[in-house]
Amino acid sequence: MAADHNVFITEESIEGDAEGPLVGRTVAVKDNLSTAGVRTTCGSEMLADYVPPYDATAVVRVKDAGATIVGKANMDEFGMGTTTETSAFGPTRNPVDPDRVPGGSSGGSAAAVAAGEADLALGSDTGGSVRCPAAFCGVVGIKPTYGLVSRYGLIAYANSLEQIGPIANTVEDAATLLDVIAGPDPHDGTTRDAGADSNYAAAANGDVDGMTIGVVTELFDGADERVVETVEAAIADLESRGAETVEVSLPSLEYAVQAYYVIAMGEASSNLARFDGVRYGHRGESDGNWNESFAETREALGAEVKRRILLGTYALSAGYHDAYYAKAQDARAWIKADFDDAFESVDVIASPTMPVLPFELGESLDDPLRMYLADANTTPVNLANLPAISVPAGTADGLPVGLQLVGPAFGEEAIVRAASAVEHDL
Amino acid sequence: MSETPESDGDTANTAAAAAAAVDAEEVRHVAELARVNLADDEVERFTEEFADILDSFAALDEVPETERDEELINVMRADEVREGLTQEEALANAAETEDGFFKGPKVS
Repeated sequence: MAADHNVFITEESIEGDAEGPLVGRTVAVKDNLSTAGVRTTCGSEMLADYVPPYDATAVVRVKDAGATIVGKANMDEFGMGTTTETSAFGPTRNPVDPDRVPGGSSGGSAAAVAAGEADLALGSDTGGSVRCPAAFCGVVGIKPTYGLVSRYGLIAYANSLEQIGPIANTVEDAATLLDVIAGPDPHDGTTRDAGADSNYAAAANGDVDGMTIGVVTELFDGADERVVETVEAAIADLESRGAETVEVSLPSLEYAVQAYYVIAMGEASSNLARFDGVRYGHRGESDGNWNESFAETREALGAEVKRRILLGTYALSAGYHDAYYAKAQDARAWIKADFDDAFESVDVIASPTMPVLPFELGESLDDPLRMYLADANTTPVNLANLPAISVPAGTADGLPVGLQLVGPAFGEEAIVRAASAVEHDL
Repeated sequence: MSETPESDGDTANTAAAAAAAVDAEEVRHVAELARVNLADDEVERFTEEFADILDSFAALDEVPETERDEELINVMRADEVREGLTQEEALANAAETEDGFFKGPKVS
């Protein structure tokens, strides 16, 4: 099965402790999370032979909780993609329909859970990379509040945006894994005390009576009609369980995907300079000086990674910084303010996770802009540092559709509670 | 940037004007700044794509100036000596080492 869907880059059994909340459970780990002694490639030629000398904090916590890690899951190269097709190790197929992509960039993680290759999975979400594949594969994915989960040992792509998040078959299982990995870590100065003694799993009780759900008009505009119908039906079910829905408008969200790509590409252009061929990773066969050798080493990067490094360099360069990066930061502040205002009157905010059904393999690979625009509903959450969950809302034409529920900062319990009610109705 | 052409009345201060200015020379120049070698066909492909992508980013021109008051505080602690990687572990993934050091390309 694993080979059929190309779920894992490396299959490896790593035993956890004998006791803990995850004893007897198997976990797939995205291949950008460091595993001591087990190669960690980020889906890139650049790190094809890289073997980390230490474990990421999230990996330590999963092992300490008693889980068995069953493999390193396939992903878009360095997390840059929405389909898992930019992996240097070939695309992962969607277990629901093998002619379609599993979403990305944590496509291997979501496909592992959907195909029964693992009970649970860890992904990372920079602009939707946990929620998108969860939606496309018909499973549950959570992007935690920025600072809830330690990023120590996560090979960075865009530090100001990314969080490690759980993927599972049920909301309760995803929340249980979040309980395991959440909480402060002295190795990551951006972590907060929140989550230290969390019990998010207990919130998965299906009780939405009296909850107010904001429905964002902007995130339904332009979405596939079949997606809209499926998501609206799921929201109607929440109403029948006692939730109140109100329409909310967040005009700033129209600029989120552009702001996200400018900021993420800018951060990527700096972050990926670490792959210089000297300390770790591939080195080109250059006889030239440092600069020539560095430029040749980086030929090993795939097209999407080069694209983002170049666009990030461009957007940050003298003369263009104000037009792109400064405006993107304005948009980010505006988006945060819009969400803050909305959460004064609603408990959670609902939308389709993805505005489209899963792409066919190869469909979007040669059209990067089209791929970027598919992230319109997920990127605002990363820009605002908020938590969000994608839960299966049903199917359209036999393909999974995800409902996204966004909460206020450190409001994981609210999104878990609301999502568990959606699940109870399916 | 060096190859930005004069545009009629516009300045490069807007993303829209910048998007209009992308050509193959510009892509080669940025690739050189970023130190990423590109093949000729990559230059051709990126030139075409960047025009579309930057044109889309031009929507940011409409974003109003927004106050960016981050309520963040620095988290400080005293330095303390802790266990780290051994020299052997630190060098284990290097392409080339010499006498316990990383060996890089010549600097000039």
